[in-house]
Amino acid sequence: MVDPLVCVKRVVDATSEVVLTDDEQGVDGRYAGFTTSAHEECAVELAVRIAADAGGTATVMTLGDDDAVEQLRAALAVGCAAATHVVADAQAFGPADVAREIAAVVRDHEAAGTPHELVLLGNDAADTGDFQVGIRLAYELGWPVVNGVSTVTVADGEVTASGSGPDGHETFRLPLPAVVTVLEGGVEPRYPSVPGRMKAKKVPIEERRPTADPVGPSRVRLVLPPPSPSTVQVLGTGPEAAPAVVDLFEQLGVLAR
Amino acid sequence: MADVPTTARVVVIGAGIVGNSLVHHLTRLGWTDVVQIDKGPLPNPGGSTGHASNFIFTVDHSREITDLTLDSVAQYKEMGVFTQSGGFEIARTEERMEELRRRMSSARAWGIEAELVSPSFVKEKVPFIEEDQFIGAFWTPGVGVVDSLRAGTIMRERALATGELTVVPTVEVTGLDTTEGPHGRRRITRVRTTGGDIEADVVVIAAGVWSPKLGDMAGISIPLTPAVHQMISVGPCPQLAEREGEISFPIVRDMDTFCYERQHGADMEVGSYAHRAILHEPEDIPSIEQAKLSPTEMPFTSDDFDPQLEQAYELMPELLGAEGAEMRYAINGLLSLTCDGNPILGESDVAGLWTAAAVWIKEGPGVGRAVAEWMTDGHSEIDLHHSDIARFHDHQKRREHTRLRTTESFIKTYGIVHPGEQYESDRDQRLSPMHDSQEKLGAVFFETAGWERPFWYETNASLLEAYGDAVMPREHEWDSRWWSPIINAEHLRMREAAAVIDLSAFCIFDIVGPEALDVVQTTCVAQCDVAVGKVVYTPVLDAKGGFRSDLTVMRLGEDHFRVVTGGAHGMADRAWFAGHLPEAGATTLTDLTDDVSTIGIWGPRARDIVSSLTADDVSDAGFGFLTCREIDLAGTSVLASRISYVGELGWELYVPMEHAAGLWEALLEAGAPHGAVPAGIGVYGTTGRIEKGYRAYGAELDSERTIVEAGMQRPKVKAADFVGKEAYLAQREEAPRAVLCTLTVDDHTSASGTKRYMLGGEPILTRDGGTLTDGHGHHPYVTSAGSAPSLGKHVLLAYLPPDEAVIGNQLAVSYMEELYPVTVGSIDATPLLDPTNERIR
Repeated sequence: MVDPLVCVKRVVDATSEVVLTDDEQGVDGRYAGFTTSAHEECAVELAVRIAADAGGTATVMTLGDDDAVEQLRAALAVGCAAATHVVADAQAFGPADVAREIAAVVRDHEAAGTPHELVLLGNDAADTGDFQVGIRLAYELGWPVVNGVSTVTVADGEVTASGSGPDGHETFRLPLPAVVTVLEGGVEPRYPSVPGRMKAKKVPIEERRPTADPVGPSRVRLVLPPPSPSTVQVLGTGPEAAPAVVDLFEQLGVLAR
Repeated sequence: MADVPTTARVVVIGAGIVGNSLVHHLTRLGWTDVVQIDKGPLPNPGGSTGHASNFIFTVDHSREITDLTLDSVAQYKEMGVFTQSGGFEIARTEERMEELRRRMSSARAWGIEAELVSPSFVKEKVPFIEEDQFIGAFWTPGVGVVDSLRAGTIMRERALATGELTVVPTVEVTGLDTTEGPHGRRRITRVRTTGGDIEADVVVIAAGVWSPKLGDMAGISIPLTPAVHQMISVGPCPQLAEREGEISFPIVRDMDTFCYERQHGADMEVGSYAHRAILHEPEDIPSIEQAKLSPTEMPFTSDDFDPQLEQAYELMPELLGAEGAEMRYAINGLLSLTCDGNPILGESDVAGLWTAAAVWIKEGPGVGRAVAEWMTDGHSEIDLHHSDIARFHDHQKRREHTRLRTTESFIKTYGIVHPGEQYESDRDQRLSPMHDSQEKLGAVFFETAGWERPFWYETNASLLEAYGDAVMPREHEWDSRWWSPIINAEHLRMREAAAVIDLSAFCIFDIVGPEALDVVQTTCVAQCDVAVGKVVYTPVLDAKGGFRSDLTVMRLGEDHFRVVTGGAHGMADRAWFAGHLPEAGATTLTDLTDDVSTIGIWGPRARDIVSSLTADDVSDAGFGFLTCREIDLAGTSVLASRISYVGELGWELYVPMEHAAGLWEALLEAGAPHGAVPAGIGVYGTTGRIEKGYRAYGAELDSERTIVEAGMQRPKVKAADFVGKEAYLAQREEAPRAVLCTLTVDDHTSASGTKRYMLGGEPILTRDGGTLTDGHGHHPYVTSAGSAPSLGKHVLLAYLPPDEAVIGNQLAVSYMEELYPVTVGSIDATPLLDPTNERIR
């Protein structure tokens, strides 16, 4: 049996134009709404599959304000069966703070008799992009870690994780317990079903406070990159443009050559 | 894409269903040099049309909305973008079944095929529905879905094919310039855009949820609010996927949970009107770049939807819980809401600046046609007075008012709304000087045009005993909701002694100047070139001879006329008269509504009471019917007008606001020994007038009705020209196609033995329930219903086919799907009570 813990963060949906908050410490979600990043959606999907294959329970956790419950419920709706909410202002927490709080949850759950042999995280947060929490968490727990993989399976007390590396496709094997950070692309995250959503609504959420005051992210401000210049190339009009469109699709990999 | 032209005859802002329909109908009606712009790309610029669920239920309690919907359906069908699916409105409660019976009344009245059916009937057509969740349904086979984006494209292309339309997408309006015109009324001159400026005489704002922002640019209020309608899409559902096409199962409206389930290919769309009202400001709608999907598809807030999800699942568990069916799409879709639920159409305070907003998919093409006709001819085939932008009073133009009222009404979108139902929010906007006194008298206030008007006075409950069953008590809760037998007691006391009635909500304006006579002669049907001191009751027509209004005009001087009209429609009347002032010239229109209060006193003792407060001659010889003059009354100078809407001797007394409360008290005090009581609008607006067969604008009279059909023609037509004269003269030569009749209900007893009282809107049928059809192809329905306590009858007004308009003709009224016998009592304006008008003298 494997009972993975998957960690998610409530972030602004960044698929459209990014708008910063007035204090430049975060991203404004007024228009785009809030979500979990694509990496974390894949991590949730992997956690749910691993738990299902192994007859275990996938637990989702987050550190965030009261509204972050929405992201926990979203994960519960697609198959996680338990949730832990560290109620805190995520903006005030740096990567080291977050890693410490996740580690505390892992230790407390173990002490309570519901240990997690595997912790899955997104490769990096969609809003702050610190890339640190996974490694810091592994260090804190003294567990092995692999970063930036897109598929994860568990068999015989061993994690097999693979993804694209600088030199090609990489596959790692790690002993349990382990920490894995996930890049999107290896699995297709499911949408919630209606019964799943209804069930998620009824799952009790473990609420806890942070174990220590945060050191903070030490971030001065966020800065938007200058808009990338966009040039428009007209491929043609009418049916005559079709071959050019096919060529482009092939270049983009949308169509096989 | 085309560049922004520098000039245009008309600029249409918006390429949603309304803008596209408008450019089509404008070019069809001969408009040239039409420019259409939108800030978004085509064919889906990102407004509400782009995410609409696109289904159309045809039956609405409002005739105006139903007619616009039926016209839209015809247009969608002609374009080949309508797919008929049929639709159910299901009832989970007996209360809802009663509402569905009332819906049957509307369906019959508007001539729409519909039927009340059992759960098993529904199950047969919608096999995945749980029969035990509901007790019955309203089946409309003609319900269907449309492709509104395709329809928009077709209409735009038709307009382009005329060669008279230039379409420029992805340019945003940055300003609307106006110039000062005659009488201080501004006129539109220019549209400023990100692609350059366009000089234009006519501009139409058809920008949906963004319209208020554009209105602000020209300094006009377009009082709508963007509001969220939540919708999710669940699929693929195997039960749906195995069928071809977009829709093959009827749409289900789950009325009691305020939800709908609408098949869309392999997915089931579940939409909700049950959540809290989620309102946005037009300025807070994201730009196309900022929005994740489109500007009007806001992020889904799942907490708001969860309760509806459970209810939808209860109704269709096998479908919504099917293996592999997932919630693949979920939005907080923005649509437009207004304080009264009606669209905002017509020319604004700024000349040449038109609006066509707060329109849903089901009305879009119909609105486009009607507004285009209005812009072309000055009137439309379908009466639009409930949607006229001119209807709004100042307090209704506040965003706060729209916000509060729509917050209250959103949850009633699928609600059971009683015809007399009052809003609770944003009340007490306009209080008459007598308000404090009325509160002490136990007034029950209803709102008209922001005014708080006593409908009856609880302190008059003491009269109930005196009159016994003559007050026609109503046993059924629905019939007596927003009603009291005290109204009928006040009525009987008025007929016996006198009643004092606060009419402060009247809209009053003076037309003064050298052309004043021309203005009233041109706008009014009746002869207004009368002696100073005369009072004229007159219809006001549009050019096609339909009613714009009916009102009274007093000639106060050679060059001075005072117009008195109802509050509800007063702003539109004011705009109509203002629009007929000569552009050059010194004649002005001045609104006195907030300066002058009106108190009515009527009844056989009215003269005794008035004469006890004045030394002036108020005898019939000294102060004849339909005359007016200043008298000194209880120490106050008052303009008294001898006129009556309740069929009794008496006066309307126009008094400066600051003296109104004093006069009110004096009248009540002097009246008490004569038996006079204060009476509410229940008497003035319903019982008093209906006994006299007086017509009311908005009920019997609207732009689809004629003087002849309303039975209001006089022997002669004045020589002077007036708007609608040519049409009116022609109408007088033709046999009417419908005749306004007064009917009385012969027996109120329902099958269960409860006596039932109709409230208006019910179909009139043959005695055995057969359909009647008039010369317009319309079916008769009750335009007004009310107690006639002095006759001991419940009276109905209805336009009947001419051959049915025979005194004594025995027909039936259908109420809650039961037939009640009625008899025609009058076939013209002849009152049932006091036909020779003795009492008025």
